[in-house]
Amino acid sequence: MSKLLFTGSEWDFQMLQNVFAAIEDVGLNDLKLDVYPNQIEIISSEQMLDAYSAHGMPLMYQHWSFGKIFAREEAMYSKGWQALAYEIVINSNPCISYLMEENTMTMQALVMAHACFGHNHFFKNNYLFRQWTNAEAILDYLAFSKKYIAACEEKYGAEQVEAIIDSAHAIMEQGVFRYRRPPRPSKVQMEEKLKKRRAYEEQSFNDLWRTLPGTARDMSADMALVDEDDAVGLHAQMNLPEENLIYFLEKHSPVLKSWQREVLRIVRNVAQYFYPQMQTKVMNEGCATFVHHYIMNALYDRGQISEGSILEFLHSHSSVVMQPGFDDGRYYGINPYALGFAMMSDIKRISEVPTEEDREWFPEFAGKGDWRDVLKHAWANYRDESFIQQYLSPKVMRDLKLFAVRDSTEDPVYTVAAIHNDAGYRKLRTSLARLYDLSTHQPDVQVVGANLAGDRTLTLRHHRHRGVPLANATKDAVLKHIKLLWGYNVVLEEAKED
Amino acid sequence: MTNFIDRRLNPKGKSLANRQRFIRRARAEIKEAVQKTLKDRTVSDFAKNQRVSIPTKSTKEPRFRHDPSAGGDHERVLPGNKDFIEGDQIKKPRSGEAGGRGKDASSAGDGEDDFSFTLSQDEILDLFFEDLELPNLVKTTLKEIKTFTWRRAGLTTSGSPNQINLVRTMRNSFGRRLAMRRPKVEDIEALKQELAACMAADPRDEARIKVLAEEIEALEHRRKWVPFLDPVDVRFNSFQQQPIPTSRAVMFCLMDVSGSMGEREKDLAKRFFMLLHLFLKRRYERLDIVFIRHTHDAQEVDEHTFFYSRQSGGTIVSTALEEMKKIVHERYATGEWNIYAAQASDGYTQTGDASHCVDLLNEQLMPICQYYAYIEILDEREMEVFSSEESGAELWRAYRSVAKGWKNFATKRIAKPQDIFPVFRELFAKDGAEAKS
Repeated sequence: MSKLLFTGSEWDFQMLQNVFAAIEDVGLNDLKLDVYPNQIEIISSEQMLDAYSAHGMPLMYQHWSFGKIFAREEAMYSKGWQALAYEIVINSNPCISYLMEENTMTMQALVMAHACFGHNHFFKNNYLFRQWTNAEAILDYLAFSKKYIAACEEKYGAEQVEAIIDSAHAIMEQGVFRYRRPPRPSKVQMEEKLKKRRAYEEQSFNDLWRTLPGTARDMSADMALVDEDDAVGLHAQMNLPEENLIYFLEKHSPVLKSWQREVLRIVRNVAQYFYPQMQTKVMNEGCATFVHHYIMNALYDRGQISEGSILEFLHSHSSVVMQPGFDDGRYYGINPYALGFAMMSDIKRISEVPTEEDREWFPEFAGKGDWRDVLKHAWANYRDESFIQQYLSPKVMRDLKLFAVRDSTEDPVYTVAAIHNDAGYRKLRTSLARLYDLSTHQPDVQVVGANLAGDRTLTLRHHRHRGVPLANATKDAVLKHIKLLWGYNVVLEEAKED
Repeated sequence: MTNFIDRRLNPKGKSLANRQRFIRRARAEIKEAVQKTLKDRTVSDFAKNQRVSIPTKSTKEPRFRHDPSAGGDHERVLPGNKDFIEGDQIKKPRSGEAGGRGKDASSAGDGEDDFSFTLSQDEILDLFFEDLELPNLVKTTLKEIKTFTWRRAGLTTSGSPNQINLVRTMRNSFGRRLAMRRPKVEDIEALKQELAACMAADPRDEARIKVLAEEIEALEHRRKWVPFLDPVDVRFNSFQQQPIPTSRAVMFCLMDVSGSMGEREKDLAKRFFMLLHLFLKRRYERLDIVFIRHTHDAQEVDEHTFFYSRQSGGTIVSTALEEMKKIVHERYATGEWNIYAAQASDGYTQTGDASHCVDLLNEQLMPICQYYAYIEILDEREMEVFSSEESGAELWRAYRSVAKGWKNFATKRIAKPQDIFPVFRELFAKDGAEAKS
């Protein structure tokens, strides 16, 4: 009797269920992955477009910028310039994956292996996700935030809310905690807090306050009016310098009303939720790609999928991990799938059949044999930057033919700083790792001072990385947004490299 | 056990609200883009989905960005090295090459390029209407067309004999006969035979004969009381009149193209034709457009020639009307086609021609036209001079006299796009009144 799970490209739910069970068997019993329970949703291409435009989340507060993304994606898709992703996966518990109905059965199998086991394992185990995001609460929190913002729009007008979100989005990249662990948002806590706050507002409402001169400001704001003498103490409270601009403004802006602070908080929490994903693109996609590659081959070895479908899989897999050269028309930067998959496959190879070079470079795991543990350790404890710094092997650098180019503004030429040879391996590896350090290519702007006793000027400082200044074109526009949130003058100084 | 959830039937368009917000946000720019494309589109397809490009000004989302070209040094790592070795120097291209960050830059929305996307038909119409200052009501109201058809409307108990529904009538009759136990002919026949047999066998058995004869009489009596067909059984097919839009219409666009009609005048005329086309398009399955341009003589031309080519000569309006009459006779039988005409002119015609026009309209064209709209395109200075409806050049006065005689003849002077709509207002005002009654 044939053990084939399916033949042909059509799929139905029973087939999906059977294939999923086979994949699960490989994933849990062979690879020994540790995953959240899976929830798999079949969606149409229109729904995929919808999902695209809201960061891939099933729930999101409403804002015109998502409409803009939608309009662009729709135009690209309808013109045939761009295909849709095969899947979207959400870091939540249960882990939600979207499969497109147009996929063939082979593609559905690939996608299930990729998303439901690869990404899922990574979300559950990587330290960044464990520390900084809360998979249990995210959907509840998004539901809460959507409702809250809709309520605000009703109460204060859509334009007011939009203005705050616009400004918050402008500093979203500077709205995350990079070093400090953020408090976890929980829907229940949030609602309770809000309820209390509102009850307090209602109880302490006294129309007389409004009639006093100079108290037009919102009394219920976190930052009550202070005497000038208190300014020093307050300054200490601000805990400067502060890297998280949104957090600072949320807590300390003298002009925001409490609902506006709450909106800032929502944007900040969303930014923080996505921050680990931005730091682990290579690892996350590499992990998922490695897992789907292993699982699909295992299924083929067990005789559960046909030759036709393994070929279809290989075709699609190889286009996913293709890395065009820098001078190729298709070059679009380093493909995270390609780099991640190459590195992880190489870790497997080094564990099993190391060369002399490998033993020298990776004495701690070369020839150890059990590559599963090595990979799982890497998946759990690294992010892109540190992973590349630790695990990028000379062989991968040779295979990808990597080279580093230095570009100084003063020089009329680019200089090739390192290539894939003995002299260059370590330099190349460090260069590449630094490129994946978000803090080096997202501008580092911090709050360094707030003149509370005087004219309330807020001072920001941009820490230059290797002397690269901020682009003037957007600087003023962003500062305008910050001024709106702070209510008083804001200055930005450029600090030279420390 | 894993949950598979089929979401395919969930409502689509979750992003619609966001899209509307985006369009509201970029309204000014989108509108400008739509107006610009109006010029390039034909009268008949301007309301289709269309791709527009807008500058990113109002929808920009600024972020702090590094500017490597302004200073500092940085390093990139690239794949696919072929022959570089350490220390090689590569000349910089003159304009800053974007390297591998191309996608990041554009997805963050700070590329200076235009943002292009597709507007749906409804969105375009909204923008188009907005400019024309239409009252909201009109956007959805359609003019009633006074053509009727008969539609089946069930059964009635009264009607003309030729509309009897036999099946229903007989079914009722059968049911009634069963319920009232109407004796069957066969039963009576059988009794009669039995009676005959009885009489033949033993004529003295009177008791038996009497019983049988009484039974037969009772049955026959009952048959009379329960007739085969009773008036209560009869059903008639019922029909009701239902208005239907006549499915075909032709729209005549008449325009003076002599030298006095400049770009501005033609642009206004084009909008006017577009608007009329739009209203008609919504109502008719098939809509033809005929373009007739005229100077001192008239000819039928294609749309591009109509709007864009110039011709010199005098101005005799009546030639266009003659041409229209000719085309109607040749191609558009009035019984099958609804005829609409829209004429745009700057109001000049040869002396004496106006009265000829009036005659043509009154006697030949107006009786066959559903609607005739005339717009006179003036510049704003002229608008002030001719502020009163009464005053005007010869053609205007002549057309005013026609308008008095025909309800479906509209005249209007326009100098701005906003003036166009009131031309149609009477038409729809009439509708509104009827709808209420």
